[in-house]
Amino acid sequence: MILTLLKREIRLINRKRSELLNPIVFFILVTVLFPFGVSPEPALLQQIAPGVIWVCALLSVLLSLDSLYRDDFDDGSLVQLLMAGVAPGLIVLAKSMCNWLFTAIPLIIVSPLIGIMLNLSDSAFWAMVVSLLLGTPSVCLIAAIGMSLTVGLRKGGILLALLVLPLYVPILIFGAMAVNAATMGQSYSGQLLFLAAILVFTVSMAPWAAGAALKISVSE
Amino acid sequence: MNWSWFFKLGSPKWFYQMAGRWQPWIWALTFIGLATGCVWGLAIAPADYYQGDLQRIMYIHVPAAYLSMFVYVVMAVAGAIGIIWRMKMAYYVSMSCSPIGAAFTFLALVTGSLWGKPTWGTYWVFDARLTSELILLFLYLGHMALFNAIEDRKNADRAAAVLAIVGIVNIPIIHFSVEWWNSLHQPASLSKLEKPSIDQSMLWPLLIMIVSFKLLFVSLLFPYVRNHTLWREKDSQWVQQEVEQ
Repeated sequence: MILTLLKREIRLINRKRSELLNPIVFFILVTVLFPFGVSPEPALLQQIAPGVIWVCALLSVLLSLDSLYRDDFDDGSLVQLLMAGVAPGLIVLAKSMCNWLFTAIPLIIVSPLIGIMLNLSDSAFWAMVVSLLLGTPSVCLIAAIGMSLTVGLRKGGILLALLVLPLYVPILIFGAMAVNAATMGQSYSGQLLFLAAILVFTVSMAPWAAGAALKISVSE
Repeated sequence: MNWSWFFKLGSPKWFYQMAGRWQPWIWALTFIGLATGCVWGLAIAPADYYQGDLQRIMYIHVPAAYLSMFVYVVMAVAGAIGIIWRMKMAYYVSMSCSPIGAAFTFLALVTGSLWGKPTWGTYWVFDARLTSELILLFLYLGHMALFNAIEDRKNADRAAAVLAIVGIVNIPIIHFSVEWWNSLHQPASLSKLEKPSIDQSMLWPLLIMIVSFKLLFVSLLFPYVRNHTLWREKDSQWVQQEVEQ
């Protein structure tokens, strides 16, 4: 069942490939704004790079979510899927996996480039990639809860941010901490394990919550 | 076991009238408790050896912080009861909790930062306890914003309840943050199982303040729930009779 849903999502994404680029362009643009806004001095950039990359990744994922749910909600296919007896948790899981594969993975691929531009130290490179790999699935799943709650609203965008951003804080803390620790040459496996623990927790709980929320939103 | 009291709680009319009858008594108890606690804590209890009179902020700060979490749990549990047993009264209680909880959270943050400036030398640091309490404030605000954004009231009830349940993961994080991380904030002085690490002369006024803050929560909750009930049940007959009187 989940495979069918995944195939459907991938096919839908393939039909509007141009939208895939938007989060990545957004990610690059916002990170590039920081040297202008703060200071182009390499030493300072090196310090803020982990936080900047993490925050921008969170925001890019949040912005990418709308197209994944809105179209399905507007053309009624979400209602049809639910009426056909598909478990709402599965729909959310499939959408989150797609979101991760087609938004988060490209971001992670681009992130070393941003790291070089922001003068991130070489020792932090792997910490950044691995922490993003472990952290972004949770980000997608938590965002799915917020999106399921607000999909029925016409102006859900800013509300989505208000609902979801507070829940991102633990992921952001551990993600940025891991990269910071690596920059200073310390061991960062503890932070990565925390990210993994959060991932296990969100994978097991978030689809249920988001599924329940989706059902409520669709029943309008 | 007679469960009729539980089912009575589900009736808006019964709850409205019960809350109306009890309200003055609970307010009276709250005022007695708050007055006793304030006088005892602010005037009679000894000043702290290191911090002097500054430490008396504790008699407001600790109950407010405790209530900020307690109210959230009440809100989430009421929301869960609403979803599971489809009791609309539980939704009304859940929705009425969030402005009160947000106020307690705000109070805890303000008194905490006023206390932090002279003792830590700063109004605010981004450490675990403070940050998670700030997140709690945003969760309350999000809860209210989500409820107000959805036009269909029944869906708004359920969506807000789901959000409240999701946000409850933050409560243990706040509670244990001072133990898990090296925080500027001191660890808990009160515990259910261990002997409190606070002297008797300060413990009693603090406990009185905590109990009175809980009473204050109930006395604030009742008018909120009653108003909410009137608003939501405005089409029913008993509300129209009530308003005419």
